Amino acid sequence: MTALPKTCQKKLGLVIDLDTCVGCHACVVNCKEWNTSNYGAPLSDTDAYGANPVGTFLNRVHSYEVTPAEGPAQTVHFPKSCLHCEDAPCVSVCPTGASYKRSEDGIVLVNEDDCMGCGLCAWACPYGARELDALAGVMKKCTLCVDRIYNENIPEEDRVPACVRTCPAGARHFGDLGDPESDVSKLVAARGGVDLMPEMETRPVNKYLPPRKKDELTKGEALAPKSTEPKGFLAWLDKALEAL
Amino acid sequence: MYPAPSVIYFTTLTGLGFGLLAWLGFGYPDVIGKTAFFLYLLGYGFAVGGLFASTYHLANPKNARKAFSQWRTSWLSREAVLSVAALVIVAPHAFAQVFLGGSVPALGWLGAVACIGAVFTTSMIYAQLKTVPSWATPATPLLFLGYAAAGGALFSGQVVMAAILLVFVGIAQLGSWQLGGELFAEAGASLETATGLQGLGSVRQLEPPHSGTNYLLKEMVFQVGRKHAEKLRWIGGGLAFILPVVLLLLLPPHFLTLAIAAGSHVAGVLAIRWLFFAEAKHVVSLYYGK
Repeated sequence: MTALPKTCQKKLGLVIDLDTCVGCHACVVNCKEWNTSNYGAPLSDTDAYGANPVGTFLNRVHSYEVTPAEGPAQTVHFPKSCLHCEDAPCVSVCPTGASYKRSEDGIVLVNEDDCMGCGLCAWACPYGARELDALAGVMKKCTLCVDRIYNENIPEEDRVPACVRTCPAGARHFGDLGDPESDVSKLVAARGGVDLMPEMETRPVNKYLPPRKKDELTKGEALAPKSTEPKGFLAWLDKALEAL
Repeated sequence: MYPAPSVIYFTTLTGLGFGLLAWLGFGYPDVIGKTAFFLYLLGYGFAVGGLFASTYHLANPKNARKAFSQWRTSWLSREAVLSVAALVIVAPHAFAQVFLGGSVPALGWLGAVACIGAVFTTSMIYAQLKTVPSWATPATPLLFLGYAAAGGALFSGQVVMAAILLVFVGIAQLGSWQLGGELFAEAGASLETATGLQGLGSVRQLEPPHSGTNYLLKEMVFQVGRKHAEKLRWIGGGLAFILPVVLLLLLPPHFLTLAIAAGSHVAGVLAIRWLFFAEAKHVVSLYYGK
């Protein structure tokens, strides 16, 4: 079970546009809402209304500041969830067979009936995509909303992961990254999508689109100031204050 | 990494237990009767105690028996299988030595190899993790095997062998401490590669994703240990290697000398194993700007 499939018919995954993400955390909230009430054990919170709330989440949004060699710094909001890696180290370390990668669509899942809560898969993941649920004692991770994407009981437009469905900025895209003709693959090619931590050799399916280059003011482009002397009311105020 | 007492006792005690059982399996020393009973009691006690401690690390131990199933791919599963195999294979040899005054050398040798395998697979649980660069090195299995051999020799009362091994393992541990600090940088992961923003400039955390703590921070971004690392290395190294070697070389080989040397060694190894976890930095800490 914990052997990785040699090939996957599809490589379903997410493409996250760091240029567009506004850091609103709506994907975090909708992910929690959907996944706490559907597939597997709920995503528990401890001391939810107390001084030290701690909870299980499958998706989190970090915020970073990037400073180029020249020019102003830039804020980048950075959503992070399971990248459904092709060489997923979390799967092959699992001793019980609970962790597995599906050969039909490449989704990495946990069979909670087999998980013993040893936490080794979370140690093996470079991205912090797996969190052990404190109450259930089993490992939780992004399922790519496997219970939405194939669900014929919900409207067709809802058959995408909850995070993608809810994103108000359109910063999250879902599709088959194994098909070079898919919208997501074309988007990755057009925008130069990248892998996170390639040196960990996990071959993530999810891709990140780096922020586009911002416009820069070049010298002489700005208009010269038209007026230096105040006029009207401001001129009177200036004079009156001067006279005091 | 969070230095959970369960994994510290697990790795330390199984190392000592399987180390001692391996020596006894190979016939060093070749003992019978009461002495054999006492030594096997120690060996089995340590090994079983360590394995028992490891179950305290499980959040859902009712599924622990399933850990024997994935030996084709998982080092943790291989560790489980070999540990139990070693305990079972050595048993007839131990029984013959304790109660019948004879031995079953073939099973002794086979069991000893399984004991070495159990220690090796234990070390590979950690050495396989690219995400913790200070563990992902051949030094990890070498040191785990070295500790098991030295500790086993000490507990089996082989004074000269124990002294030699303690010196070698002590030097190896010192070397690993000297070189280990650079492994994280050599692995090449940084906040820039973690975010894929290396083309844009240098990256720093502006705001964390959550105001409180979480499983990741508690389990993998543990930093308390680094403050006193230097002092703890001296304490651990002094107790695990220096004091036992001095006692073995200077004092006559009396039971009490061996007992004090062995006790000091165990205390030192526990401290060093605490550092093994507490000092290890996981690449996920980069995402949290640490």
